Amino acid sequence: MSLPPTIDLEDLGLDRGAHLVLKRALAPLSPGTRVEVRGRAPDLAVHLAAWCRAQGHRLELAPEGSVVGWVTRGTALDDRWQGAERAGGDQPDTVADRAEPTWGLAARGALVEAGGPEFRFALDTKEAVWSDTAAGVYRQAVASQWDPATAVDWEAPVDLPPDVEAAVVTVMTYLVENENAALVVPARFLGQVHPHFREVVGVLATQVADEARHVEVFSRRAGLGGGPLGRSSAGGQASLLTLLEEPDFAVAHFLLSVLGEGTFLSLLSFLERFAPDPVTRQVTHLALADEARHVAFGMAHLEHVLAADPGLRPRLATAVRRRHDALAHTAGLNEEVFDALVVLAAGSWEPAAVAAGFARVQALEAEMADGRRRRLVRLGFPPGEAAELSELHTRNFM
Amino acid sequence: MPTSDDVLVMGAVAYDAKVVTIWEGFRQWFAANGLAFDYVLYSNYERQVEALAAGEIHVAWNSPLAWIRSERLARAAGGEARALAMRDTDCDLTSVVVVRTDSGIDEVRDLLGRTVGVGAVDSPQATLIPLSHLRSFGFVLGYHVEVRRHDVGVGKHGDHVGGERDAARALMAGEVDAACMIDANHLLFATEGTLPPGSTRVLTQTPPYDHCNFTAMGPGPGDLLERFRSLLLAMSYDDADVRPLLDLEGLKEWRGGRTSGYGQLERAAIGFGFYDAKGHVTATDYRP
Repeated sequence: MSLPPTIDLEDLGLDRGAHLVLKRALAPLSPGTRVEVRGRAPDLAVHLAAWCRAQGHRLELAPEGSVVGWVTRGTALDDRWQGAERAGGDQPDTVADRAEPTWGLAARGALVEAGGPEFRFALDTKEAVWSDTAAGVYRQAVASQWDPATAVDWEAPVDLPPDVEAAVVTVMTYLVENENAALVVPARFLGQVHPHFREVVGVLATQVADEARHVEVFSRRAGLGGGPLGRSSAGGQASLLTLLEEPDFAVAHFLLSVLGEGTFLSLLSFLERFAPDPVTRQVTHLALADEARHVAFGMAHLEHVLAADPGLRPRLATAVRRRHDALAHTAGLNEEVFDALVVLAAGSWEPAAVAAGFARVQALEAEMADGRRRRLVRLGFPPGEAAELSELHTRNFM
Repeated sequence: MPTSDDVLVMGAVAYDAKVVTIWEGFRQWFAANGLAFDYVLYSNYERQVEALAAGEIHVAWNSPLAWIRSERLARAAGGEARALAMRDTDCDLTSVVVVRTDSGIDEVRDLLGRTVGVGAVDSPQATLIPLSHLRSFGFVLGYHVEVRRHDVGVGKHGDHVGGERDAARALMAGEVDAACMIDANHLLFATEGTLPPGSTRVLTQTPPYDHCNFTAMGPGPGDLLERFRSLLLAMSYDDADVRPLLDLEGLKEWRGGRTSGYGQLERAAIGFGFYDAKGHVTATDYRP
């Protein structure tokens, strides 16, 4: 008969972390195995008895001397992890096709105790949320975060004629409203995606943070001149409301990121080009880089979903047509925004310049439509339908 | 009276909000396992024991002091109380009398002329048993040793740990020279910082005693009580549906009830005149 294993706690008490040493000694042993515990910390026997009782181990106290007692390992430690399951398997990089409600908020690859609560994330399948580019987009997004306080030279001179400044304020007011929609839509779905798909959650989270910054810098630019902000039209808000009310993740992502933000790429590029002051140029440039990333992720996600479910394509087309019909009675783009874009592109009030500005805005709209058409073709829509759907996109741009 | 003989009705004392969670969980688990079970919550053990004696409930989840009173009430009525089951963690507890390490109190007799902080008037573990233990050294309480009570949750028989913690705080504040508590709470108070590690030490420890049990009285619905007991004993910590309930109630396994571990408290209850032989409450300053 072999002697029981011995651990010597020396002067370490259970009130100072001795349970760690005890647990480490007991863990590899099979239930029923005895360990001799030595130690000289004050009150060790009192505390050891209380600890063993709570942990489900049996203790036989020694009469006295340097041996405190003998602990017989109980089964509770093993019992607790009966039926436990790795969230998504042993490899943290392996993404499951379906994330179980019982995995809850556990890290991917963590061992999850059975009997925990079930988390009902509506978006719990890889098919619904995944894109192979998600991890890369997330890394890029994190590396590209900028600080509005330092990324923009807020001290740069903004000394514009009042009507040009008014045009900038009109456009900035419009941008804030649209960026609010671009913030709220991913935020709504962020809480529905199972955390198992953490790369997707990460992308959506950075997207929300991006939009919060855009709202900040556009608001701040609008206020630089000291005048009141511009106007918010009923038609513009109605257009954005249809985005917020879309309950399907893929459809919402399509309408917002592929069509809306895709259209905004042209708009922000236009504004950067015709910005009458350095602050306007900088804020539109910074937003443009972020939006390009959002569009890229939206495209990758839609490509992934469509590859698995081609039946989604007609549903996307229907969504565009439905949205068009819902907005048919509205005025479309705020007329003042259109005029402000002309003013900025004209650069002066000379009739020839206004004509040139007007032509540039028309060219912008054509470029926007062409961009939408190209993205739709990339998503597998036949060219004719792509052109039709591009034309049906909201006149509010987003 | 219990509304139906088909339903086992248990009494429990609401010493904490989690009591509802615990027994609601048990109710559902018993139902899933074929036992119609319901519970009644009482604000104090005295009313619960009286309800048990009156047959208003079939079984009571009793503190050790409530067990003592149940036994006396049962005997006075010509019957007996039975302990059906208890937690593994109810067996072989001890209480300790703790002093500050720098107090100069090295032996129990050094408590002469000192003040001992205890828990609530009705706490077996933080008042009755340790004070009875000190008496066994020859101290006359209130004469050789002053006792300062910390009456939190009176009527809940010390289940509310607040009085015990207040006694520990009073020790650290220098308001008392010693404090009484259950062994596990000396460790708990050290790890949570109420008694910083190394700042106190155990002056004396009581012999082991037992704590709560499920008490039945009189004939009762024998089949239901046996079903209740056998289901409890079958609960396994490796069952994910059961484990949260056991964790909440603080046990790893239920054991059959034993009554051999209540001698110290019995002697303490007699010594302090807490109940008379017929189970009447005779403690004068006890207001549950």
